[in-house]
Amino acid sequence: MLRFILTRVSLIIPTFLGITLLAFFLIRLVPGDPIETLAGERGIDPARLEELRKVYGFDQPILVQYGIYLSRVLQGDLGKSMITQEPVLSEFSALFPATIELATCAILFALLLGLPAGIIAAIKRNSIFDHGVMGISLAGYSMPIFWWGLILILLFSVQFDLTPVSGRIDVLYYIEPITGFLLIDTLLSDEPEAFWSAVRHLILPTIVLGTVPLAVIARMTRSAMLEVLGEDYIRTAKAKGLSRFRIVALHALRNALIPVVTVIGLQIGVLFTGAILTETIFSWPGVGKWLIDAIFRRDYPVLQGGALLLGVVVMSVNLLVDLAYGLINPRIRHTR
Amino acid sequence: MTTETMEAPAVAAPTATPPHPLREFWGYFSANHGAVAGLVIIVAVVLIALLADVIAPHDPNLTNTTIALKPPFWQEGGSIAYPLGTDPIGRDILSRLIYGAQLSLLIGIVVVAISIAIGTVLGLVAGFFRGLTEIFIMRLMDIILTLPSLLLAIVIVAVLGPGLMNAMLAVALVILPHYVRLARAAVITETSKDYVTAARVSGAGTTRLMFKEVLPNCTAPLIVQASLGISTAILDAAALGFLGLGAQPPSPEWGTMLADAREFVLRAWWVVTFPGLAILITVLAFNLLGDGLRDALDPKLKR
Repeated sequence: MLRFILTRVSLIIPTFLGITLLAFFLIRLVPGDPIETLAGERGIDPARLEELRKVYGFDQPILVQYGIYLSRVLQGDLGKSMITQEPVLSEFSALFPATIELATCAILFALLLGLPAGIIAAIKRNSIFDHGVMGISLAGYSMPIFWWGLILILLFSVQFDLTPVSGRIDVLYYIEPITGFLLIDTLLSDEPEAFWSAVRHLILPTIVLGTVPLAVIARMTRSAMLEVLGEDYIRTAKAKGLSRFRIVALHALRNALIPVVTVIGLQIGVLFTGAILTETIFSWPGVGKWLIDAIFRRDYPVLQGGALLLGVVVMSVNLLVDLAYGLINPRIRHTR
Repeated sequence: MTTETMEAPAVAAPTATPPHPLREFWGYFSANHGAVAGLVIIVAVVLIALLADVIAPHDPNLTNTTIALKPPFWQEGGSIAYPLGTDPIGRDILSRLIYGAQLSLLIGIVVVAISIAIGTVLGLVAGFFRGLTEIFIMRLMDIILTLPSLLLAIVIVAVLGPGLMNAMLAVALVILPHYVRLARAAVITETSKDYVTAARVSGAGTTRLMFKEVLPNCTAPLIVQASLGISTAILDAAALGFLGLGAQPPSPEWGTMLADAREFVLRAWWVVTFPGLAILITVLAFNLLGDGLRDALDPKLKR
């Protein structure tokens, strides 16, 4: 087991280096001299320019510059935002809980609906329910979620006035950030109304972000269940006269869930991609919206550092899923 | 395939020749109603795109503020001259959607063409030369796959500058790993087969082996992936357009149209509904087609 963990962990080192290389070189592609860009339209004195080039290490060979960049990154120094002058890392960690809160709710929503839908569709194969689930999930899978968000706003906020259009909570409430997760912070505060406000703000973004994972999980659960239900041991269980519920819940589901767990892990990357769009639509103050805003403000350190951090987060989650998978399924552990 | 023919019930005609591959393919494909529906929609979208100049009732870029935000014809205040209504600066939405079909198909095809061309070559090279070359190429592809696809595309476009061309390049790069992996896996299975050894013994060079012998035998998975790739490309390019990073206004690209219409969502439902519906239907059609192609072309899944 230790060997398995060590190989898997060591495999992410080249990936990490690759992401830093990408982050380092992509920013070089930005047209113009970085220092002059920093100085902005006011222009800069040539002597000062040379001095700054030395300070930032731009007079060094490119590989040395990358080395300097890498060692800074490893110490947690991702530069400062050109707009706010705040360190990129602290801005990221202030906003990240909002994204995690949204992503967690979305994946829970996808699981709570997707798993039962997939299981029932598999049991009642070729029924109207099955066809319905498959049709809806194919549509969900093809959904442009940025449009889906607007349509839900149109229906629930404009037509029925049920949910707010944007933000995380009504501006009436000021909640002291303790954990950064508003659902928890509002419960800890002495304003019960604030919690419901936060919940109402979460509903639409959760549905929007959860739609694609929901479709994928429902489809995957159905096909995994179908495969397992055709196995011999299920027939044995039936022959023994076990109840249908027992067969499905105890015998089939356990084995069917193995591929589903992998798929859920793979959805993490999809979730972050979706979060960028969802946060933009609902003005959700998370890292996705922060990144998009940075692009339009030409705040390159934020773009570079933020993308790197998101990449590292996704990479780490993938690693954890990998390890968890090895834990659930001993066969995986011994292949490498 | 031969075994399957031999095992077929002798009731029909024991000496019957196997059906023409295309006919056999159509047999599998047409059994899948979803795939046929997808194909029909795609043919319709292609026709709309080709005939845009003829069927579009108005110039897609002609603005006329006196008729701004007219609702669709079935609503009060709408007129049949503008069947799906007009946008905030009085352009006909139907005409813009029709011209948008040209752009979306162009995006899908160009992106996938770039990706397949580069991806296949990289995959063939990795599969043929193995060793360090392979490790380098495949690790690079793994890194691209690790990053969330749209995030990578966004960063690339942010660096290169917003625009349709850069958005297409970014999306092409993001979907590249799928083709590289497919081509490499196919090459590795194929090169161990006898016909490749035979060709090599008779003196065929590596390039000839790659493109003339092995490549034609790995087209099936590539075709399936291409169909699915077009749907991803259209979706991602529209997402970039929506974020203001793809096609720029006044281009009638569907995602860009949505971005333009966003602030009017509270007043005019039609300006946001129709462009998104167009994206959804087109993407859905390519996904249906891709699923049908996979079932029909992939012998491993044939029942």
